[in-house]
Amino acid sequence: MSAPPPAIEVSRLVKTYGGTTAVNDISFSVARGEIVGFLGPNGAGKSTTMRILTGYLPATSGSVHLCGLPVATRPDEVKRRIGYLPENNPLPEDMRVSEYLYFRGRLKEVSRRQLGPRIDEVLEICDLKRVRHRIIGQLSKGYRQRVGIAEAILAEPPVIIMDEPTIGLDPHQILIVRDLIASLRGRMTVIISSHILPEIEVTCDRVLIINQGRVVAQGTPAELRREIFGQSSYVLEVAGEPAALAAALATVDPGLRAAPTEEATAAGPEEFRRLRLTTARADELGDGIVAALAAAGCRVRAIGREHPSLEDVFLAATRRSWDTVQAAAPRPTPVP
Amino acid sequence: MKHFPTLLSHELRMLLVSPATYVAATLFLGFMGLVFIKIVELYGGAPQETSPAVVYFQLFWLPVCVMVPLLTMKCLAEERRAGTLETLLTTPVTTTEVVLAKFGAAYALYATLWASTLGFFLVLRRYSGDERFLDSGPLLGGFLFIAISGLLFVALGVLASSLTRSQSVAGILSCVALATLILGGNALADSPWLEQGLLRPLRAAVDHAHVFGHRDDFARGVIDLRHLLFYASGTALALIFSILSVEAKQLHA
Repeated sequence: MSAPPPAIEVSRLVKTYGGTTAVNDISFSVARGEIVGFLGPNGAGKSTTMRILTGYLPATSGSVHLCGLPVATRPDEVKRRIGYLPENNPLPEDMRVSEYLYFRGRLKEVSRRQLGPRIDEVLEICDLKRVRHRIIGQLSKGYRQRVGIAEAILAEPPVIIMDEPTIGLDPHQILIVRDLIASLRGRMTVIISSHILPEIEVTCDRVLIINQGRVVAQGTPAELRREIFGQSSYVLEVAGEPAALAAALATVDPGLRAAPTEEATAAGPEEFRRLRLTTARADELGDGIVAALAAAGCRVRAIGREHPSLEDVFLAATRRSWDTVQAAAPRPTPVP
Repeated sequence: MKHFPTLLSHELRMLLVSPATYVAATLFLGFMGLVFIKIVELYGGAPQETSPAVVYFQLFWLPVCVMVPLLTMKCLAEERRAGTLETLLTTPVTTTEVVLAKFGAAYALYATLWASTLGFFLVLRRYSGDERFLDSGPLLGGFLFIAISGLLFVALGVLASSLTRSQSVAGILSCVALATLILGGNALADSPWLEQGLLRPLRAAVDHAHVFGHRDDFARGVIDLRHLLFYASGTALALIFSILSVEAKQLHA
């Protein structure tokens, strides 16, 4: 028996409107049960891609398959398999929470008999029991966001697409949403876009960074760090002769490069300086460096290995993509 | 059309909790009540040639031009503005179902409001004890005209609402469209310049779309298939264009 198709498969997706290319040749795939984070600066094409995945927007070219079904030609079947929380989570202002969930459940073809218990269940999961009879327009942002999430998981679809689910929530509510999403792991495929990077790092198995309509990096947060920075780095505070310092460092690893950190100021050999050491080696070199520097007569005050946050990865990846785009653009001809 | 009943009952509910509905209903019933009182006064003063039911429907255009926009302006424009149309269309419903449900709900309310004015005649008959006040022929013809022409009027309102994301623009659009159709047709009906050679086909079209003429025919008990066809085809066209408009705007969202 052949393996089941991936939950989401996007191949060479392009979307242009009005002369602007919002999504430019994106390809990726998401395995079943995986939680994938979608990162990108504003206007990168995240929401457009998500809308195409839901079948709401047609693509200009390329193909999108959801659970093996082509979105373009079988949108109805695809829509039965997704739960979608759009950006800004639009909700009808003048309905009660339970009425809204009932209405959506009926539209999503949950049978009447199952719908009542299922609504109770999602209200419990999303901690909405207390507000089930309240009018949505009177709810706070946090509750509204949870109503949107409850609606997305209501029909237990195999794929859930959430566009910035934690926007506007307080840290406590973010924690609830994070646990909620984590509880879906393995059962449902989830794709989330967010600006809150630590959020993505904690929740997601894999991250896709897109910029200017292109995928600029993808992989687990650890893989991305390796791919983007390609090296380990250490920050060192040391005092001593620069020549002795360089010689000592070369004995530890010939590929070790030292450079002053941004906040470093010019100082004499007796003063402490902050240096950033970079190397292609992934193993731990801290002990070796301290020992070598001590042997060379340098005084070490502090040493620490730097762990680039997902934020650094994101900034580096998007910056890299901008550089690529600029390099590819034709140079403007000088005006005489 | 599996989801049509769910959508229709939802739309009816939403209309019933919307203040605009009650404004429209109050204005309409107040206005029609006033018209009815004037008719009773008129007929109480001196005998008239025409049946009161015929006179009653003569001013139908005024409440139509106000009430239909109030009932329909919100339906698609507001959903698009709030973004709930996007969530709605990412469930397994089709645009056709959504548009038809909105049309169905607005039309049901429109027809109910008009039907409730039948009460005026029943009250009059009850207290006057005179059967002639309930002149069933013209009354039936008048209500039939309202029911059939209402299909087109409400469909035009839905079309206007599908064209914009602003409720007020939709309201003004549908008011203008209805006034143009009803009053413009009437104004052109008597224009002698339409008789000239080249414009003669236009004359035929204007005669065909002469809503006041249709009303008089219905009140006389003449139910012309051409009139029915005019309203049926107009309604179908307006609804098809509404569906296309929603889908086209989705493409350029």
